[in-house]
Amino acid sequence: MTTSYNTIIKDGLWDNNPGLVQLLGLCPLLAVTGTAINGLGLGLATLMVLVSSNVTVSLIRNLVRPEIRIPAFMMIIACFVTAIELLMNAFMHDLYKILGIFIPLIVTNCSILARAEAFASRNKVSYALTDGFMMGLGFLLVLLAVGSLREILGHGTLFQGAHLMFGPEARQLSITLIEDYRGFLLAILPPGAFLALGLLIALKNIIDNRLAQKTSKVIVAETSAVTAN
Amino acid sequence: MIIKRMTQMGILLGVFAIIGTAILAITHEQTKERIAENERNVLLRNLHAVVTPDSHDNELFTDTIEVTDAKLLGSKKPVTVYRARLNGKPVAAIFSAIAPDGYNGNIKLLVAIKADGTLSGVRVIGHRETPGLGDYIEAERSDWITKFTGLSLIQPDERGWRVKRDGGNFDQFTGATITPRAVVKAVYHCLQYFRQHQQDIFG
Repeated sequence: MTTSYNTIIKDGLWDNNPGLVQLLGLCPLLAVTGTAINGLGLGLATLMVLVSSNVTVSLIRNLVRPEIRIPAFMMIIACFVTAIELLMNAFMHDLYKILGIFIPLIVTNCSILARAEAFASRNKVSYALTDGFMMGLGFLLVLLAVGSLREILGHGTLFQGAHLMFGPEARQLSITLIEDYRGFLLAILPPGAFLALGLLIALKNIIDNRLAQKTSKVIVAETSAVTAN
Repeated sequence: MIIKRMTQMGILLGVFAIIGTAILAITHEQTKERIAENERNVLLRNLHAVVTPDSHDNELFTDTIEVTDAKLLGSKKPVTVYRARLNGKPVAAIFSAIAPDGYNGNIKLLVAIKADGTLSGVRVIGHRETPGLGDYIEAERSDWITKFTGLSLIQPDERGWRVKRDGGNFDQFTGATITPRAVVKAVYHCLQYFRQHQQDIFG
């Protein structure tokens, strides 16, 4: 498999997006995306863990023997997650309280171990760094999109609680889109997370299908056969 | 041969563990004061939401006692009472009481009762009620919780200390009666406890 920065970027953000295609790390994705800011907060924490673990794993890839690679990777990931948990507790205390148990649970996000195992342990540091960042960014964007969708439908607002993350000046970032909105409860409750994610995946598939139709007539025949089924 | 390889692996993993632990120890050392300060600030902010900062001159953190009353304070474990004083005289007692019968488990409250038996304020500091339905007890979501301020055991009377559906004075939320019912009951119990034990609390 040839690796280039272009394919790494495209994989992380679109073709192999952890949230929309690999469907890894669904637990935090569905649990904390009640508002856009919560999604953004957890997305940033995951991004930082992914970048640090990918770089470290790539640095020691020639040192770690195959037999002990999984415990070694898990230890690295657990260390970074705990360090980032402490830092968030110290510098973003309010957001830390809201995200609660889901910060330590980043350890169990399969996409992080998957990237360490499948990519970082086989590629040089600069590739691993790009991959970690792009995968993290792809995951963050999905969290942000699901969070925004649910917040708009559920509360009629966007970026409520921005001050928890960016300090008191960011209060003006909060937008009330619909005045006197009674709220669409389903969007805030857990099933709303599944529905929002499902809609996003469907949207991605539609876009992919359109793109494929444009590129090749052969593919057109195939996709229409698939959609007809 | 196998033994040699096992030893190598073990040492390698051990080295990783030591490096990882070192990183964590340093991070912990660097952040622990700030984390402790954050937690103090959050508590102080909550306490000052129910008792105004200028109404007392003592340190709320240190002037505390632990009391236990499973029936009236909602927990078999000791409950912390913060005491606010001005020039040594009692101003208010802040109970970290628990409403045990929320829709989804315990609702943690701060109930501040002035020395004359009226409520100085009530705040919810932790709960797991349904988002969008039961979370209107939070001060950020609605002003429902602020309506307790100024009430006492006499005003309203015993029958008034219920939600409207049960014939009392307090609004319930559409689709969520259990949550406000639990809060109203816990605050009422707290007032009863204060009437019975006022002398001991400020003793």
